[in-house]
Order: sequence, then C-alpha cells, then structure tokens
Amino acid sequence: MTETSTALLPLSELWLAFSGQAFLQQALLAGLLASIGCGLIGPFVVVKRIAFLAGGIAHSVLGGMGAAVYFGFDPLLGALAAAILAALLIGWIRLTWRTGEDTTIGAVWAIGMAVGILFISRTPGYATDLMSFLFGNILLVPTRELGIMAALDAILLLTLGLFYRQFVVVVFDEELARLRGVPVGFFYLLLLVLVAVTVVLMIQVVGLILVIALLTLPAAVAGHWTQSLAGMMLTATLLGAALTSGGLALSYGPDLPAGPTIILLAGALYLISAVAAGAIARYRAHRMLTAALDANPDG
Amino acid sequence: MSMDRNARVGAGTTTPVIEIEDLSFSYGGVPVLERVDLSVSEGEFLGLVGPNAGGKSTLLRLILGLLQPQRGRIRVLGRAPRQARRRIGYVPQYPAFPRSFPITVDQVVLMGRIGAGPGLGPWRGVDRKAALAALRDVEAADLAGRQIDTLSGGQLQRVLLARALVGEPRLLILDEPTANIDQRLEGEIFDLLAELNARLTIVVVSHDVGFISSYVSRVACLNRTLVCHATDDIDGRVIGELYGEDVRMIHHAHQ
Repeated sequence: MTETSTALLPLSELWLAFSGQAFLQQALLAGLLASIGCGLIGPFVVVKRIAFLAGGIAHSVLGGMGAAVYFGFDPLLGALAAAILAALLIGWIRLTWRTGEDTTIGAVWAIGMAVGILFISRTPGYATDLMSFLFGNILLVPTRELGIMAALDAILLLTLGLFYRQFVVVVFDEELARLRGVPVGFFYLLLLVLVAVTVVLMIQVVGLILVIALLTLPAAVAGHWTQSLAGMMLTATLLGAALTSGGLALSYGPDLPAGPTIILLAGALYLISAVAAGAIARYRAHRMLTAALDANPDG
Repeated sequence: MSMDRNARVGAGTTTPVIEIEDLSFSYGGVPVLERVDLSVSEGEFLGLVGPNAGGKSTLLRLILGLLQPQRGRIRVLGRAPRQARRRIGYVPQYPAFPRSFPITVDQVVLMGRIGAGPGLGPWRGVDRKAALAALRDVEAADLAGRQIDTLSGGQLQRVLLARALVGEPRLLILDEPTANIDQRLEGEIFDLLAELNARLTIVVVSHDVGFISSYVSRVACLNRTLVCHATDDIDGRVIGELYGEDVRMIHHAHQ
C-alpha cells in the first residue's frame, strides 16, 4: 500500500498510530480473538447450513442484554444467557419435530429484538449504547471483555479438539452417527450452544447485525479452497484475522466505522473467491471431458 | 406354491443373525408391514425384493433400530437392534450427506469406526489402518485421498461399502446398492458382495428380482406381508403374484 488516497494513511503512519495508542492494540487483539471463534465455528455453520439459525440466536441476544441492563446485571451475562437459551430452544424443536424450525427461528429472532427494545426504552441513558451494540465497536472493547473472549476461545478450542470426530460425523451424516451410537441430540445441541457463544463473542467486534457475515464469509471462502473441515477452520481463522486487521486499518484513516468496513472487505473477498473457484471448477471439468473424449475417440 | 418359509430355522446350532417374529408396523394407522416372520442365519445372502412402498426400507429401519416395532419382536445377533447395531454395516440407498462437503474419501471411511474404542481426540493409527484395509477390500484404495465431490456414482458406492465394512460388522445391510449406477458396475458390486459373503451375513434390498437371484441364496418378497423363496423357484408366476400383475420378463442383452 505505497500509493494511498488522501483518505488513507500510509502504512508507516498507521503503525505509528498503532504503537502509540493502546486502544488500537486492544482493537487488533479483539479482532484476532473474534477470528478464532469465527474460524472454529464458522465452518460448521457453513457446511451444516445453519446461518439463519445463527442469525436468530444473534438477534435474540438483544433481549437478554436489554433485560440485564434493566435489572442491573452485566449485559454480557444477559447476552450469553439469551443466546444459549435461544440455541437450546431452536435445537430442541428441530430434534423433536424435525420440521418447522424456520418458523421458530423467525419467532425467536423477532421476539428477542422486541423484548430488548422494550427493556432498553425503559432504561434511562442506555439508548445511546444501542448503536454500538447493533453495529459493534471494535475500538471500545474493554480489557475485561478481551479476557472473556480469550476464555471463550479456549473453551471452543478444547471442546472441538476433544470431540472433533463426533462433531464432524454429526454434521456430515446424522444417520450414520445414530447407527454408530453417537448421541446425536447431545452433540447437535452442544454445537448450537458453541455457535451461540461465538456469536456473543463476535458481537463485541462487529455488532449483532453484521455478526452473521463474519461467522459465514471467512468460512465460506475457506471452503472454496480446502479439502477438510480442519483445514477450513485454520484457513477461516487466518482469513478472519486478516479481514479484521485489514478492515481496522482501512477504516482508521478516513474515520469510518470499523465493523461495516470489515464486513465489506469480507464480502468483496467472498465474491472474488466464489467467481474464481467457479471458473477453476469449470475449467477442470472441461479439461477432464476433453481428456476423456481424446482417450476414447469412438465412444 | 413352493416356498421354504423359515426353511433354515434350526439348520444350524448358532442363534440366527436376524430373527423377526410376528412383526407389524404402520405409519399413522396405514399398515406397512403385517405379521412378518423372518429368520436369517449366519452366512446367508438374502435378497429382499418387492414393489416400491412395499415396506422394504421400513423393515430395514426396524432391523437397524431406527424405528421401533409396534407389534412383534426383532432380535439381531441375539440382542435388541439398538444394542446390536454397532455390529451391523449399513449402506444406504442415497448418501445422507451433501456431496459438496469438504472431506476426502479416507475420512469418510474412518467415520464408520466412530463409536468403537476411546472416543476423544483424533483418529488413531489402528483406525487409519482399518480404513485403508476396508478401501482395499472394495478395490478402491486408489481413491483414499480424493474429495467426495469428484467421485462417480459407482466409486461413491464402493466408498459407502468400505465405510460399512470398516467397523468390522457381522451383518451387512444394503438398501438398493446399485440403484444409481449403470449395469456393468452393478455386476461388479455384486461380485464383490459375493466375496464378502464368505465372512459376512448379507441382506440386500433390490427392486430387480431377476438380477439378484443369480447372486443371493434366498429371496424374501415383501409387499406388506413377507414370503420367502429359494432362488431356483423365482419365475414369472412368483413375480406376478408379488407385484400384483403380470410382469413380462424380457430377455434383453446389450452388445
């Protein structure tokens, strides 16, 4: 980035700003901690196609946060409780009735938001924080929250490390898992709880409206280029780190909000990756067909 | 009518691999299976045929313990199906997973080992060896590193068969294993099953009674009720009775 527009700072100046200001270091750290969460859980959301479910969980968080603020609890605690409750409710309905989860997700989504807005309207002085909650503010993540994010990352890493095989078989082929005696219901609910925890973790960085993008886009890009879920996790984590850091750097000079900048960067990468992967797949198919026809000219 | 229902019961001294007595099942009051009796002994190769919606898949799901009988009794390897199912290898008609899933063939086969041995952490060497051995058994060792979305229908069928074998089952159950592949490969798959039959009891579901009768040792015809035939007895009359109409048998061979 040697050529910069007037709005963008040269890298050297950015580095100066970064090394001089603790809040930028905090922001970068928050981005990296969120990347680990989105890298570990995002691939499951993408391959299991539960982005809508994750969206429902994310929006239900507002209810928990609003209630916590109104009753004078820690909002983060309220957010975690609401997310886990929403995950278990949606998961339980899917496991019990096997259909109709769309409606449940929609209901949880809207009811969570409504509850949150009602509580917030009754809590004096909190309405101003609503924006930073909806859109996140990576520049204002407190040190205590960073510690909690690190702890949640450690829990994710440990749980997925211990039960990697079980999680993979449950998302890959539920019927096989059931036949082999794996407790499918337990691992499905546990996965949804981990999704809920990750969502809360990332809301700090990009806000609840944008959280789905950070959860799915790095993993989807990784899915274009990797051949295993573990590889997808590693790639998505690295991409997430690059995207949050890059978005932060891009937004700093022109004083843009960091969350949307990160998401637009991720969206652009996703589009480029999808087009490139599609083109390569078509080229390969064409080449294989040509080779097959050449090998068997009479057929 | 020359049927040898339960002909093999008592033929050996060991417990039957599958023992079904007076089994009935209905979906919401519509009977799918009625008073089914079946005994499959060790080393048999049983073909289960019948028209669509005749109850074949339901019977399989009951044997696998995925459904509970509403009446009657099922024992598999002398135990309740849920307790026995780790000793059953199952090859579904359609893979229950999306083909776009980022996973290689060896990892798919390894999944057939889950539930055996300690459950935590990564796969162990003994599991990987078993997966490669299973792939060799189905003559697909060269596919081990391939992504599943690059496989042909016949290759995928072999991979699913390897996944069923890797758990060292005593009973192998296949639901229409050749429905999605062409006829030449159908013969290859059944030749493979005939080899595996030397060490395994096999139950295979098919709609193609003419084809499987040259491989299996006994045919069970299921159309809500179950009737067994020795394979030599299969002729147009039996097929007509099973499908409820005259089915013309046409000899046609492609050159």
